[in-house]
Amino acid sequence: MDCYTANWNPLGDSAFYRKYELYSMDWDLKEELRDCLVAAAPYGGPIALLRNPWRKEKAASVRPVLDIYSASGMPLASLLWKSGPVVSLGWSAEEELLCVQEDGAVLVYGLHGDFRRHFSMGNEVLQNRVLDARIFHTEFGSGVAILTGAHRFTLSANVGDLKLRRMPEVPGLQSAPSCWTALCQDRVAHILLAVGPDLYLLDHAACSAVTPPGLAPGVSSFLQMAVSFTYRHLALFTDTGYIWMGTASLKEKLCEFNCNIRAPPKQMVWCSRPRSKERAVVVAWERRLMVVGDAPESIQFVLDEDSYLVPELDGVRIFSHSTHEFLHEVPAASEEIFKIASMAPGALLLEAQKEYEKESQKADEYLREIQELGQLTQAVQQCIEAAGHEHQPDMQKSLLRAASFGKCFLDRFPPDSFVHMCQDLRVLNAVRDYHIGIPLTYSQYKQLTIQVLLDRLVLRRLYPLAIQICEYLRLPEVQGVSRILAHWACYKVQQKDVSDEDVARAINQKLGDTPGVSYSDIAARAYGCGRTELAIKLLEYEPRSGEQVPLLLKMKRSKLALSKAIESGDTDLVFTVLLHLKNELNRGDFFMTLRNQPMALSLYRQFCKHQELETLKDLYNQDDNHQELGSFHIRASYAAEERIEGRVAALQTAADAFYKAKNEFAAKATEDQMRLLRLQRRLEDELGGQFLDLSLHDTVTTLILGGHNKRAEQLARDFRIPDKRLWWLKLTALADLEDWEELEKFSKSKKSPIGYLPFVEICMKQHNKYEAKKYASRVGPEQKVKALLLVGDVAQAADVAIEHRNEAELSLVLSHCTGATDGATADKIQRARAQAQKK
Amino acid sequence: MAFPHRPDAPELPDFSMLKRLARDQLIYLLEQLPGKKDLFIEADLMSPLDRIANVSILKQHEVDKLYKVENKPALSSSEQLCFLVRPRIKNMRYIANVSCDEWAFSLLPLDVDLLSMELPEFFRDYFLEGDQRWINTVAQALHLLSTLYGPFPNCYGIGRCAKMAYELWRNLEEEEDGETKGRRPEIGHIFLLDRDVDFVTALCSQVVYEGLVDDTFRIKCGSVDFGPEVTSCDKSLKVLLNAEDKVFNEIRNEHFSNVFGFLSQKARNLQAQYDRRRGMDIKQMKNFVSQELKGLKQEHRLLSLHIGACESIMKKKTKQDFQELIKTEHALLEGFNIRESTSYIEEHIDRQVSPIESLRLMCLLSITENGLIPKDYRSLKTQYLQSYGPEHLLTFSNLRRAGLLTEQAPGDTLTAVESKVSKLVTDKAAGKITDAFSSLAKRSNFRAISKKLNLIPRVDGEYDLKVPRDMAYVFSGAYVPLSCRIIEQVLERRSWQGLDEVVRLLNCSDFAFTDMTKEDKASSESLRLILVVFLGGCTFSEISALRFLGREKGYRFIFLTTAVTNSARLMEAMSEVKA
Repeated sequence: MDCYTANWNPLGDSAFYRKYELYSMDWDLKEELRDCLVAAAPYGGPIALLRNPWRKEKAASVRPVLDIYSASGMPLASLLWKSGPVVSLGWSAEEELLCVQEDGAVLVYGLHGDFRRHFSMGNEVLQNRVLDARIFHTEFGSGVAILTGAHRFTLSANVGDLKLRRMPEVPGLQSAPSCWTALCQDRVAHILLAVGPDLYLLDHAACSAVTPPGLAPGVSSFLQMAVSFTYRHLALFTDTGYIWMGTASLKEKLCEFNCNIRAPPKQMVWCSRPRSKERAVVVAWERRLMVVGDAPESIQFVLDEDSYLVPELDGVRIFSHSTHEFLHEVPAASEEIFKIASMAPGALLLEAQKEYEKESQKADEYLREIQELGQLTQAVQQCIEAAGHEHQPDMQKSLLRAASFGKCFLDRFPPDSFVHMCQDLRVLNAVRDYHIGIPLTYSQYKQLTIQVLLDRLVLRRLYPLAIQICEYLRLPEVQGVSRILAHWACYKVQQKDVSDEDVARAINQKLGDTPGVSYSDIAARAYGCGRTELAIKLLEYEPRSGEQVPLLLKMKRSKLALSKAIESGDTDLVFTVLLHLKNELNRGDFFMTLRNQPMALSLYRQFCKHQELETLKDLYNQDDNHQELGSFHIRASYAAEERIEGRVAALQTAADAFYKAKNEFAAKATEDQMRLLRLQRRLEDELGGQFLDLSLHDTVTTLILGGHNKRAEQLARDFRIPDKRLWWLKLTALADLEDWEELEKFSKSKKSPIGYLPFVEICMKQHNKYEAKKYASRVGPEQKVKALLLVGDVAQAADVAIEHRNEAELSLVLSHCTGATDGATADKIQRARAQAQKK
Repeated sequence: MAFPHRPDAPELPDFSMLKRLARDQLIYLLEQLPGKKDLFIEADLMSPLDRIANVSILKQHEVDKLYKVENKPALSSSEQLCFLVRPRIKNMRYIANVSCDEWAFSLLPLDVDLLSMELPEFFRDYFLEGDQRWINTVAQALHLLSTLYGPFPNCYGIGRCAKMAYELWRNLEEEEDGETKGRRPEIGHIFLLDRDVDFVTALCSQVVYEGLVDDTFRIKCGSVDFGPEVTSCDKSLKVLLNAEDKVFNEIRNEHFSNVFGFLSQKARNLQAQYDRRRGMDIKQMKNFVSQELKGLKQEHRLLSLHIGACESIMKKKTKQDFQELIKTEHALLEGFNIRESTSYIEEHIDRQVSPIESLRLMCLLSITENGLIPKDYRSLKTQYLQSYGPEHLLTFSNLRRAGLLTEQAPGDTLTAVESKVSKLVTDKAAGKITDAFSSLAKRSNFRAISKKLNLIPRVDGEYDLKVPRDMAYVFSGAYVPLSCRIIEQVLERRSWQGLDEVVRLLNCSDFAFTDMTKEDKASSESLRLILVVFLGGCTFSEISALRFLGREKGYRFIFLTTAVTNSARLMEAMSEVKA
């Protein structure tokens, strides 16, 4: 361990850079890297290689092969390229391979070489061909920028939501720019390009010339440019072998370096770590790798092989034919601990723990030293943090052991950071494994989040590992295990060589009713692969019947869909299915289906009431529902028909229906209404005025009010209006007319079937006390008191009440005695009461 | 007066959250349409919308003009039209080519203890047309409540719709479990009840102040329009009626006969408080003006409004011979003098007093008597058609279907109907079976239920309406509301045990359920909070009766109803009016 810092290289006074091996590659590369189009996804993603036969003069007759490998060189896919010439390859944020063809078509492939889709970058690109292309990442997703043969740029900031933008022209641009890059600032994508000694920034509106501040003089051309992972920094390599480093906004220079190599570098990428002050750029030539930063000297490595640089969030990956390495700035915590002769608390703690294992008393000395300075907490934290940045499990372990050792001497050290680090490292070591081949660093992992890492494992079909991680981290089922199982099931249904039964059973066995698993999604996938029967089988496992409906409809299993929709209780769904069925089946079948589903039937009836009245009638007809048919025609006689003949005809149909329904009352009432309508029509013709649609009662009243007493009598006889009603009716009508003479005549025509109190009441209502009194005398004994009180004859009312010896009547009269005028009457009643009590 | 709650009565949950939720969602939806837009609102959503987001909030989110949705194509000059409608077929015809978003507004808190779904059509749609489309909405509303206020440890219900709603809701909970799990329940019990379990109570005239105001002036969405006859000026006034109105809060649950006395006492007190001014020095006066005067003035204003309302009610009621009407109703409830009541109804019809009232009395007669005897059934209907127009033939058909107005079939015992059903089962027409079942349910058995549940209190002497002794006070001491009695009995037993006979008589043998969770996380406080869900509407009398029960037993009731209803609304829902 003494030479642990042997691979540390200082850059200036404050920073060290180290390079270590991630994997030794034993991929079976048929071609040299330099002959291939290469694309490696960030965050330890896959590597795609396409031998580029189109670059060479001699057009190859053999079709090239597209190979996809994991970062550890495990082959993932290999396919013969049958499409057009490819200009550029790149990985999207979802780890889809974008292949930009010369004609502007972009072909999208999955990690396993499965073709997903394609899109075009527009007509202009098609016409002028693609000269160069870049895939870049923004917060919205992944973008594509294209340089056409006409030296114009076209870009789309998000291939998931393709919106093509043609950038403005660069004035006077006659040849391809010497170098260019896509930049992302303030959520907008720009293009930065170099033409001779000039730099231009293109946004969607304008092209502006820009100058890097503090650029050394004498530059006649820029050979390379590099933007940092976060788009914050920019580096420019000039033909004078000079490197300018500054902010991407070109407002500030950070540093510069003169490497005195004028040959254009093969690649130049940023190598910096988040939250570090150090800035460095890695430049690669054919045989030389140079790390330059804010220091007079650079770090130099010799490249034995053809190599390729992959910028990462916190460093640079470098892979070649035989090896895959990671180059990064040594993190602060590691530097503190491992720097030669470091006295940092973490370093002392690590020493203490080592001595402790050797059972040496030096352990105590070291520990005391830390404790005396009160730095034990800090020491533990340092060890935990440094463990995160170590690649070798042995080193991780000894640092964690040191932290754990130090923790024993602390009273209150929250265990979370330690526990989480152990968990995270376990996950990281698992995915870094050669077989998995995702060499994530701790910082990258935190940036990526566990959810995305799980997605990537799922993408690689590493279901068991993903599930183990979920279980190990105790993720909630819905986000963790069930989601992965659902993905697995979706993959499973694509296995065409397995029978429907077996697939369905296998899926159900694994998934059971794990919460959060949507069987309908899986079924939809199965249907998408053309396995309808399997889809139906899978849907049976779906507990939410509502979820089954859309897919069943899509698969044309409408009747099944209907019963499922009804089961779900969601009427919107039922409606959806009904309208589907209606178009799909012939009328007879449709009605038969409805018959067996009362709930759907009532819904459909509601629909018909508003939309298709005729259909409603047919529905009733089919069910022999004569009662409802009758009601239907009655309604029609008011709403649909205007002419009197039509209305009567509708009523006749209704009456017939009611007879069939054995509802004689309704049939008779309808026939009466037909007679009444005809009669009202005649009345209107003969007498003028408004009669139609009045009730029988109102018709007679109107006749009386119009002075047509004879007609009224006739009508009452024809329609057998009961006596009581007729008396009420006449009484009210005559009082309204204030025809007191006729009223009196009427009252004497025969004995009133409703008594005479109503006469008193109605006269009083018209404020005719004189007439009221006439009738009060004729009121029968039991209502006499009430009548007398109504006309205001309190004294006589008292007399009658006393005569009746009725207590209730007495109190009623008493309550009407007001003020002085009725004083005598009141006394009289009191006396009568007293007398009654004596008896 | 205005009985205070027992000191141990639990606090009500804060339901204003529901309003905020609905408002935020509406704003979110409006913001999905950036730029100026015209908003078209369906007529029956206007009042609820007003309670949730006023015009200035709408304007803030670039709503330019407001229109009412009418049954004709929308005319507007704006480029963006936004429609706020209930999902109904008839208006969608005029709104074509739109993209839809759902405004998940289902619950409007009308008061601290009253949540309304503002779905008056639920009653007709479900109980008449058999349309189950709103049941899902109910289930979603319950789901929302349980996500916000924790799960309900004890669930009871009665009625076919109650059961369906309950099961749908359970499914929703299962689909999204995890969310409510582990939450402490705030509301200990939930009771779901179908309106058709108790039509009688809803058909009675209301005599408790709030109910009477509803019957007389129609409370709409928690507020009422008092006309000039009440406000004693020439304008009508829209008044919010809820617990915030201090005067109203004290009289809302009172029998009407007490209200006038209470209000005049209150007026005297108020005067006395005003009079205190006289002996004040400047400083005291300053205090009085700055602190008390405003409150007094407010109280004064409310007081005069409610006195005005009372006077107006009295005037209307004496005109219609209210006493006579109430007497008849009580006779029907108690089941004596049936002939006399029938003649009264006949006279009512002959005199064309009011189509809705006449209908209501007929229904009350039918339900309390297990249907009308055939002679009366025919003659009353004939009289009614002659008085109010032949189109009511359809109304009668509706009422029969809903079981509100039926004919006693001679010798039609339950077994006879059952055999009819079994014959139908063998028939291929499966659709008819449900009809047959519903006709089976039409036997109301009110008399027997009333006896079993002791709904007509024995009266020893005068019933003191000032100091009610049971829930019957809401009907002048003559009748304990059936719905409330059922709730009381079930809560007492914590199940339907011992109520089998009642359940059978209610024709709900298959639709009475209890569901209790074992977990005992519910606090004793929450166990005294009861959410009562009325499917098809509840009346203010029922609310008052249960509030009374709550005070007696130390419970607090929370009411969730598809809409607040009364007898007139029920009858109108069943009536067919010429288009």
